[in-house]
Parts: sequence; structure tokens; C-alpha cells
Amino acid sequence: MIALVLAAAAALFLLGLFAALAGTARVGRRTVYGTSLALCAAGAIVAGLSLFRGPGNVVLPIGLPWLGAHFRLDALSACFLGIVYVGGTGASLYALGYGRHEHEQQRVLPFYPAFLGGMSLVIVADDAFSFLFAWEVMSLTSWALVMAHHRGPSNVRAGFIYLLMATMGSLALLLAFGLLAGAASNYGFAAMRGAAHPTAALVLALTLLGAGSKAGLVPLHVWLPLAHPAAPSHVSALMSGVMTKVAIYAFIRIVFDLMGPPDWWWSVPVLSLGGTTAAVGVLYALMERDLKRLLAYSTIENIGVVFAGLGLALAFRANAMLTAEALALTAALFHAFNHMLFKSVLFFGAGTVQVATGELNIERLGGLIHRMPVSSAAVLTACLAASALPPLNGFASEWLLFQSVLVSPDLPQWGLKLLVPTAGTLLALAAAFAAACFVRGFGITYLGRQRSAAGEHATEADRFSLAAMLIFAALCVVIGLLPGLAIDALARAVQGVVGARMPAQLSLPWLSIVPIDNGRSSYNGLMIFVFTLISAMLVAFAVHRLAARGVRRAALWDCGYPGLGQASQYSAASLSQPIRRVFGSYVFRSSEVVTMPPPGEIGPARIRKQSHDLAWESLYVPVTAAVNWVSGLLDHMQFLSIRRYLSFVFAALVGLLLALALWQ
Amino acid sequence: MTFEALIWQGIQMMLALALAPLLTGLVRKAKARLLRRRGAPLLQPYRDLRRLLGKDVVLADNASWLFRVAPYVIFALTWVAAALVPTFSTGLMFSWSGDLIAIIALLGSVRFLQALAALDIGTSFGGIGSSREMMFASLAEPAMNMLVFTLALVARSTQLSTIANVMFGAGLRVSLALALFGFIIVAIAENARIPVDNPATHLELTMVHEAMVLEYSGRHLAMIEFAAMIKLLLYVSLIGCIFFPFGMAQDEQALLLPRILACGIGLACYAAKLAFAGLALALFETSIAKMRVFRVPDFIGVALMLGLLGTLLLFVSRSL
Repeated sequence: MIALVLAAAAALFLLGLFAALAGTARVGRRTVYGTSLALCAAGAIVAGLSLFRGPGNVVLPIGLPWLGAHFRLDALSACFLGIVYVGGTGASLYALGYGRHEHEQQRVLPFYPAFLGGMSLVIVADDAFSFLFAWEVMSLTSWALVMAHHRGPSNVRAGFIYLLMATMGSLALLLAFGLLAGAASNYGFAAMRGAAHPTAALVLALTLLGAGSKAGLVPLHVWLPLAHPAAPSHVSALMSGVMTKVAIYAFIRIVFDLMGPPDWWWSVPVLSLGGTTAAVGVLYALMERDLKRLLAYSTIENIGVVFAGLGLALAFRANAMLTAEALALTAALFHAFNHMLFKSVLFFGAGTVQVATGELNIERLGGLIHRMPVSSAAVLTACLAASALPPLNGFASEWLLFQSVLVSPDLPQWGLKLLVPTAGTLLALAAAFAAACFVRGFGITYLGRQRSAAGEHATEADRFSLAAMLIFAALCVVIGLLPGLAIDALARAVQGVVGARMPAQLSLPWLSIVPIDNGRSSYNGLMIFVFTLISAMLVAFAVHRLAARGVRRAALWDCGYPGLGQASQYSAASLSQPIRRVFGSYVFRSSEVVTMPPPGEIGPARIRKQSHDLAWESLYVPVTAAVNWVSGLLDHMQFLSIRRYLSFVFAALVGLLLALALWQ
Repeated sequence: MTFEALIWQGIQMMLALALAPLLTGLVRKAKARLLRRRGAPLLQPYRDLRRLLGKDVVLADNASWLFRVAPYVIFALTWVAAALVPTFSTGLMFSWSGDLIAIIALLGSVRFLQALAALDIGTSFGGIGSSREMMFASLAEPAMNMLVFTLALVARSTQLSTIANVMFGAGLRVSLALALFGFIIVAIAENARIPVDNPATHLELTMVHEAMVLEYSGRHLAMIEFAAMIKLLLYVSLIGCIFFPFGMAQDEQALLLPRILACGIGLACYAAKLAFAGLALALFETSIAKMRVFRVPDFIGVALMLGLLGTLLLFVSRSL
């Protein structure tokens, strides 16, 4: 199995190389995306099969000469490999139809398969060197994809910030692995697993920094809403849906697998960061008017949800509550998979909107449901899933997470007893915000009247894009109705990490899910869906049969003022104004100033709103200022005479020798 | 046995349908009497619904399929959610297909669809309604979560039947009283009652729920109004089942006759609870004024604080 995965990754790299060497003249879009599609689909099947098999190892004679390149495919890797390849399949299928409006295909084609290959290699790597190498391949290829539209100044800035943050993250991971390797410098994961780690706290901090910045934990998230939307939409879907999951994989691999038994307080930073990220991320999304940036912020929210689950699992792990840990970890993994599905559909939808209208600012869209009925239905399904509403998959995983929150009173530590319900409240807040955010995102984009001329010639998306969106939306529904399927599929991965698993779900009567026991809680999405469907159809049938069925079309009523133009509709900014006013005054220090003309004067009244990105202003601006200050100080050292430089070198030499002498 | 269980479940579903307009009628009548008006007859909501159902729909030109489908889905989701709440008996056949969290999330789906349908026509009233509705929800959901946590701490379950059975023997607890007040606050906010929203106004800038349904007419409006009535009934049943479970039939009786008897008692108690809740709601609504929209966060924030306080009290009392 592992050989097949490596072969698929190698084939993806070769495909990228081929596309780069041959140029777009001979290698068309279809060749590259079609081949990626086939490879990803095959990879997804392999990943699915290896979920149920024992681990496989391969050592290749490349990489560090005394180490070789170790690769291993266990159930945890298989489950994330599934996320990579399923996401890759969808994105490739979508890209078959999507990229036609792109001008410079050669900027995307070579890097796209290499990006997929890099991500899959991260997941099967079994030593620190190959892991970091694959991690860098993933970062650099995705950077190249972000820079695909390199002419826009905002894209250049996004690429720059992304590169900086990725470098910082890789450095943190490098140091973390260095500490894990210990004095014996053993960079194989197998050796790290066995060793004791006295500096575990530092490793945890570095991992949070390295994996957390790639995943988009607040306040390390700043690059994400800039970089993800800058790429073409199918790449955005991959970056948001899949690459963030690779970062989560890195966190799980290091913290749950390599670092050994945790202390209880490890869960505190993870849980609090997760809860904060979830609530703050989606609050940013609520203020955003660029469709793709809105989705990127929503990704941050979901990453927060997953990290909250991981923090809970750590808390249970430290107290040897194995069943509870299995529940929390299953919820986190399940949510990671679900997020890949619905976020892909949402980014695909944003891409089709961009193709159809040339516009991503939702304030200029509206009414697209009439022109794009099929894709709007798929996007609506994904919006419902992203808002954690039953009976879709997003709800199933969040429900599991809340169930594990409800086990937390059994934890012995008082700090955790109080922290977990707080984090749970933050998650509930995030879910409610997410619903508001997607009412706004979908409602302003697809519903209402057209807000500008942008949508006038919009047409439905091409068949490949539609197929990708519909298949993923259908998966959202199926997994939402049969969550037991996913829970059982994840069971081996959870078993491998935790040593326990959730009870088997598929054998339960009526296919409902029961995380702990019957009297405690159970949920059956299928039953609820079937009941709702039957009663809706019954009622609709009865009403149409027994009561009125006539429909008269008329102008809209609007309380008797039908003549008002489209500008009288609620805009995206006005829709989120109450939430901005209630919560934004804390989180963004936002304020509104209304200036009214004096009585009798016929001037327009003006409203001016201000808000601050506190994460940026309080963390990044000082750092940049400090870097600027230091480089300003060092600046005049650039133009010294050779005598000065030589004396500096001499002084440094003397200083070092002195230090060495004192040290000895 | 299965067939019998199915019958009881069916009775529960029909009960929600049959009693919901009556409860609304009762609240309206009581409010009118408190204002020394005679008020419309108790059965007026049924007549309203029948009249609306018999009318053609006047649909805006630019209404999409979402606008036309939404009323039926909203109605069905609310109905299914109401069917999951134990009213006269615990342990009904399908009560395990959703716990308290799932029921609340189902109502969240209803709200989501309603807010979208309000945006579909593209009028300013629809926008104002859905904007405020989502703001209230973003406050009510964390509060609800905290309250559920408090309850789960006592009952060690989120399954309503289990909770009701535990609450039989729970006795009086301060934290439960706090949770009850929290629940009532959330229920008032969710059902668009005074002081959060006014179900009786039209054409006023303070309205929320009514603003969202302004473009609806005929049978669509009937569905939405009916769903709102069922939602009120649902919340009353929820509070009854969690905090006042007395009189409810339990599912232990193996024989048919005692089961019928127990359910009969349960039904009578349920009717009494509904009547009491309706009168109390009317009394509360007449004695308080509608709040400004931006005062509502403080109001719902109280529910959140009550939930937190209840949890803390439980933790402290456990450890002592």
C-alpha cells in the first residue's frame, strides 16, 4: 500500500515536471488535471483501503545518508491521506472545467500536481528529514500557486506574508524536531516515539507555532485570508480544505504520537487557542465582503473547532479517560474531513461566481440563484453544513464534539473543569456566528435583487465544475445522514493513537449514533431527515390538494413601497451591523460615527465606521517596527571601509576566543 | 408493541399540531382580557390558518425556488423537532433520534432557512428581520449551550426522556432554578415575544420575526405562522418536560391498559402545564414593555450568566 502511495506521489511530481518542461503549448490543461484526477482517485481508494490494514513501512536510500528516507502508512496517515486525495480528486475534477478564463496556465499547471504530491508525502513521512523536506515542498509549491496572479499588488503582498509565515513555521517545526531527536540525534519517528522528552513544553510551543501557523490559529492566521483567496479557486479549495488538514496532521503526529504521555496542562493552550480561533475567525468572516476571503476566515473558524477537539482529547489523555479521548479525537478528525468537503464546495462555488460575473465583492452581487440554480443548490447545502445545522455532516461532527464537552465534568482538574465549558460556549458562539455568516454570504450573493450590472450575463457553470460541486455536496448529505459510517471508518486511526475507540456504530439499530451509551445521548440524522422529508411532502401535498394551489405573480410588496430600487435592499455590511455593534466593539474596537446635516440643510447624512484588526496591530506591527528599527541601526554598517570591517572581524575573533576560554 | 409505540408517537405528533394554535389563542385571549378587551375567541388562530390556507399565493416576480420551498421545510422541521420533545410520556418510539442539542439545532435550521427566505425578495424589511434574528441567535445559542451543560451536569444526559426521568427525583436545586430562568429568557427570545420582539405589530421598525415574513401570503404564510405556533408549544413543552416533569407517563408499563391510563394522566397534566404557561406568558407580556433592539443582548446575556452560575454552583456543591 505504502509503495502505491509513494508511486502516486512520484507520478504527481513527474506530471508537474512534465508540465513545466513541455510548456502549455503541448501539455493542455486537460492532460494535467485529468491525470491528477486519475492519480488522486486511485490514491483515495488506496487510502480508503489502508484505513483497514496494518501499518506498512518503506525505507528509500535517499535523504540523509545515514538515515535514509523512512515512510510509513498507518491508519492515522491513511485517514489524512484520504482527506488529501479526496480533496484533490474534487479539485482536479472542478479544474477540468474551471481554468478556461485563466490567462497564464503555465503558472499553475506545473505546481498543482507537485503541491498534491508534497502534501501526500508529508503525511506518509516517518522521519524528521523527509517530513520537513515534504513540508517545504508543500509550502513552496503552494506559494507559487498563490503567486499565479502575480501582477496584482495585493497578491504580491499576500505571497510575501505567506512566505514569511511559512518560513517561520518551518523553522519552529525544525527546532521542535531537533528537540525531539534529543542528544542522540535520532531523526526517525520510531526512535522519537520511544525516547523520553524532557523539553516537552518547548516542543509543544514550537509545534503550536509551526503547525498552528500553517493551520491558521489566531493570532498566527494573518497570512491565511490573504493567501488562500489569491490563488485560483480550485487551489484555494485545496489550500483551505486540505493543506490546513496537513498541518493538523502534523500537530497530531507530533503531540499525540511522538511526544509521549501528556501533562494535563498541555490541553489548556490548545483548548483556549482553539475556542478563541473558532469564535474570532468567524467574526472576521462576518465583517468580510470579499467572497473568497470570507470563506478563508471561515476556514480559520473550523480549524479552531478541530483544535478545540484536539485540546479536549489531550485533557482526557492526560487523565487516562480513554473512551472520552477516543470520542473527542474522533470528533476532531471527523470535523476535519467534513470541513474539507463543504469548504471545497464553497470555494468551487466562489470560483463559478467569479467566472460568471467577474466579481467577488458580495456587495455587487445578488440574485444569482435565478441564473445559477444548480450550483446555488450545491452551495446552499455546503452553507448549511458549514453552519453546523442538521441533518448535514457539519452538525454531526460538532454534535460529537459537544458530547465530549459534556463528559468534561469527570475531569479531576479544576482548571479544566471550568475551561472546557467555556470553550464549549465559544464553540456554540462560533456555530451561531457561522450561521449568521453564511446567511449573509449566501443571501447577499445568490438571493435578493442584482446589486450591480456584474451579474447580468451570468450563466450556469460548466459541467465539470457542477459535477465536482454536486458530488461533494451529495457527500456532505450522505455523511450527515450516516455519520456512523465515518465514525467506524475513523475507528482504527483513533485506536492507533488512543488505544481505545468509540463503540461500533453501524451495527446499531436504525443506524443512529450513540457515542457513549443509550441513556446519555443519541442522534439519528437519517431518521430526522426522513421524517422531515415525509412530513414536508405530506403537508405540501395536503395543502395543494385540499386547500388553495393558485399562484399569482406580482411585483414585490415591500410594505406598500414596491417602487424602491435595488439599493434599498439590505447590503452585506448592514446585515452584519447588529453583530458588529454588539461584539465588534470588543474584538475589533469598532465604532460608528454618524454625522447629520443641521436641520434645514439638504446634505446627505454620513456614517463612518472604523474597526481595527487587533491581531495585526498588536502583534505584527510591533514586530515589523522592531525589525525595521534594528535594520535601521545596522544600516550604516553597510558602507564602512575595509579597515573597519577587518577590525570588526578581529574583535569578533578575540571576543569568541575569550568566551571559549572563560567557558572552559 | 412496536405498533403501539408507533401509535403513541403518532398521537404525540398530532397533539403538537392540534394544540399549537390553541396555545397561541389562549395567550392572545388572556392578553386581551388583561387589557380589559374582550379579545378574539380562543379558536381564532385555527380560523386564521384555515382562511390563509384557502387563499392563493401572491408571489413576488423575483421569488426563487427557495422562497417557495422554505415554508414547507420550515413547517416540517419545526414539527419534527416538536415531535421529539416528550409531552405526555417519556421514551416515545423516536425520541432517541435526537437529543436536546439536536432539537435546538433543528430550530437553528429553521431560523437559517427563514432568514434566507427573508432575503430572497430583496426588500429592506426582509433584511432587517434576518439581520436582527441572526444577532439574537448568536446570543441565544451560547446561552442555550451553557444551560444544556448545566442540565447535563445534573442528569448526566442530554436525552430528554432521561432528563425528565432524572428530574422526577431531582428535588429542588438552586442551580436548576437558575437554569429555568435562563431557559425562559431564551424561550422568550426565540419565540419573538415581548420584550424581545412583538408578535402583534406590523410596520414598525422594531419588529424582527414579522419583518422576515412580510412578503409571504396565502398558504405559505399559513405554514410559517403555524410553524411559529408549534415552536411556542415546543418551548413550553421543553420547559415542562425538563423542569416540571410531574404527571408524565413513563415507558415502563408493559400492559396496554395501565399505559393508556398513565398517558391519560400525562395528557391532563400536559394540558394543565400548557394552560399555566400560556397564562403566565400573557401576564408577563402585559406587564413589561418592548425593549430597544440593542438592549436585547443584555437581556439574553442574563441567561448566559445564569447558566454559568448554575454550572459553578453545581461544581462547588459537588466538591463539598
